[in-house]
Amino acid sequence: MDPRADILPLVLDDVSFEINGMRLIKDLSCTFEAGPRTAIIGPNGAGKSLFLRLCHGLLTPSAGTIRWAGPDGADPVAAQAMVFQRPIMLRRSVAANVDFALKLRNHGKPDRTAIIDEVLGRCGLRRLKDNPARVLSFGEQQKLALARAWALKPQVLFLDEPTASLDPAATHAVEEIVQAIHHEGTRIIMTTHDLGQARRLADEIIFLHRGRMLEHAPTETFFTEPKNDLAQAFVKGELLWWKLGKDNRRAGGYEVDKAPRRRN
Amino acid sequence: MNDISDAFAAAFAMVAGFDKDLAEIVGLSLEVSLSAVFIAAVIGLPLGAATALFRFPGRKVIIVLLNAFMGLPPVVVGLIVYLLLSRAGPFGVLGLLFTPTAMIIAQVILVTPIIASLTRQVIEDLWREYEEQMRSLGAGPVRSLTALLWDARFSLLTAILAGFGRASAEVGAVMIVGGNIDHATRVMTTAIALEVSRGDLALALGLGLILLVLSTCVNGAAFLIRDAAQKRHA
Amino acid sequence: MVPVPPTHRIRTTLIAALVVFFSSFEGSATDRFITVASTTSTRNSGLYNHILPLFTEATGVTARVVAVGTGQAIRLAKAGDADVLFVHHRPSEEAFVRKGFGVKRYDVMYNDFVIVGPKADPAGAAKQNAAAAALTAIAKANWPFTSRGDDSGTHKKEMRLWRAAGVNTAKSAGEWYRETGSGMGATLNTASAMNAYALTDRATWLKFANKGELTIVNEGDKSLFNPYGVILVNPKKHPHTKVKNGQAFINWLISDAGQRAIAAYEINGQQAFFPNVKAAN
Repeated sequence: MDPRADILPLVLDDVSFEINGMRLIKDLSCTFEAGPRTAIIGPNGAGKSLFLRLCHGLLTPSAGTIRWAGPDGADPVAAQAMVFQRPIMLRRSVAANVDFALKLRNHGKPDRTAIIDEVLGRCGLRRLKDNPARVLSFGEQQKLALARAWALKPQVLFLDEPTASLDPAATHAVEEIVQAIHHEGTRIIMTTHDLGQARRLADEIIFLHRGRMLEHAPTETFFTEPKNDLAQAFVKGELLWWKLGKDNRRAGGYEVDKAPRRRN
Repeated sequence: MNDISDAFAAAFAMVAGFDKDLAEIVGLSLEVSLSAVFIAAVIGLPLGAATALFRFPGRKVIIVLLNAFMGLPPVVVGLIVYLLLSRAGPFGVLGLLFTPTAMIIAQVILVTPIIASLTRQVIEDLWREYEEQMRSLGAGPVRSLTALLWDARFSLLTAILAGFGRASAEVGAVMIVGGNIDHATRVMTTAIALEVSRGDLALALGLGLILLVLSTCVNGAAFLIRDAAQKRHA
Repeated sequence: MVPVPPTHRIRTTLIAALVVFFSSFEGSATDRFITVASTTSTRNSGLYNHILPLFTEATGVTARVVAVGTGQAIRLAKAGDADVLFVHHRPSEEAFVRKGFGVKRYDVMYNDFVIVGPKADPAGAAKQNAAAAALTAIAKANWPFTSRGDDSGTHKKEMRLWRAAGVNTAKSAGEWYRETGSGMGATLNTASAMNAYALTDRATWLKFANKGELTIVNEGDKSLFNPYGVILVNPKKHPHTKVKNGQAFINWLISDAGQRAIAAYEINGQQAFFPNVKAAN
């Protein structure tokens, strides 16, 4: 199927997700239309990463449906990409990391050479193209992860806390790249715990708390007059522990970040 | 310890004199063990990687068996292969008994479980790291498997070396299925066993020293490759 | 330039290397050769290194010797894994032919067994003329004796001598009587280390390098006579038997040339095997 055909909108209908009987995402319904950039925010353990992985198809909902309702019935896998909090680098050169992704999409060799050169150039990695990916700095690795995703020209790009472990300079570089990808027409759906970043990058905000979507509003509205009292407290920078029920540890205890330590 | 100094003298004399028989024995040893390790790697690497990646019925049984077979006594393997290849056995018509091919078959059985088990451990760790990225990129099982094997190549070299160590050191299996026939199936280890039975302990130890040097060379080369590559790929 | 993973180059090289590698096995398989199931005593003595090149020169046929104990050699031949059986235990050989596994038994040569033991001879075995009496003396002295214990021709001979000596070795197994369950060389190595007595064929003893304190303490008794026979495996049992080349080996062994070659083989200046075709056939 043509990967360029429209896959959006993405429709979540009453989605729940549970592990060992613990409901970590609860009755979540929403629609992602083409166009705006979405930031998913909320305290640790709110289910932000789970939500992203459900949308991307890495997890299967326990109940409810997630549907790519695009008019052209396109292959959704080939039209999406995801960048993780900890960049997952293949033990190959910078260029070969991008090349691997392109080969999976059956790009021909001349085609791949051109795309690799282009995306590495735009992410400021061209001079490092022959370096092994795993000896890059953390910031460079995240840029490479973005370049790899960009090379696929996805319609939707998921980013899971892409700058969580980066210094301000690297964070700035990553945000620039995300903007550039968006300008080429890619739908951005990202999680972040950095409210400033949400303001800078997002057109709309989804606020999650303990697996529930409590607010879904344009960025401006969300930060000036959040309807939900928990969202208000969160925007003010208050800890939300006083609102948690007795099952707070269950909801908060699931660690989504699966990326292991670096190893050889 | 006269025997030990004699052993060094014997080893030196054989090497310095370019002993033709010795060259033949060393050549056959390398031929048999390297072939066996190559075939075992062709079987063991995908098998180990598949048991790491996929959940299928019988997977746990395979894992337990592979782990258990890592410690198979060579004599037992030799005996089984002998019974299979004997003229009276099911594969007797092939006429493979007492040939290098029979020795390779026995060593493949000895080495494959080692390579497969170690591969499974290496690939399992790497897969834990790669899984989400691979699935996100839409890599199918075969592409994931080959990518993992390629990316783990330097760790897998250790698995293959372990297999080579076992193949080049064992005597029980090749003795039984090869028959230690002069100029046909005599390898380093069976030659050593023969010299021991002749009571020529110095010559046996000399051969042992040469075997040790050979295996040190193979391992040293592999270490250098791995070391250089690791400096590049971290 | 995009650095494509060098998989392709490596793959091509590997395949090329493999083709060369495996084709190197072909050569030896097409040569004319026979497989001879024989005993460690003949091989360890070095006899084959002396006579086999002469045989190949005369006939163009290579003889591949698998040297194991007589019992195992007979099993190999019964299973059809050898073309010719060349061993030294006459009753087993005759049974082998009688049961149809072999075509005909030919006498080839003999050597003899000797009893070796510590130079000091603590059991006084050297004072006895008869081999059985020497064994009785060893048993009485409770001095260590190492036995093959492996169903080989030598082991069978030893058991017959113990019966003649009236000693039940099973009772003393693990005490003074030690079964090694291995070949002649390994058994002699054990005897040398323990300063024990042992029964061995003379040829192996002459060639054996790790004698230590051991020496021959009893020899020359008729009961220590050790004849070797050669038998072609019966093609009626095993149709793949290489009858022509196998028979060529036997014919050469019992020919004048073969008999001369056997007689000419010496270890440390001593003749090791005595051709006996004329005497026996």
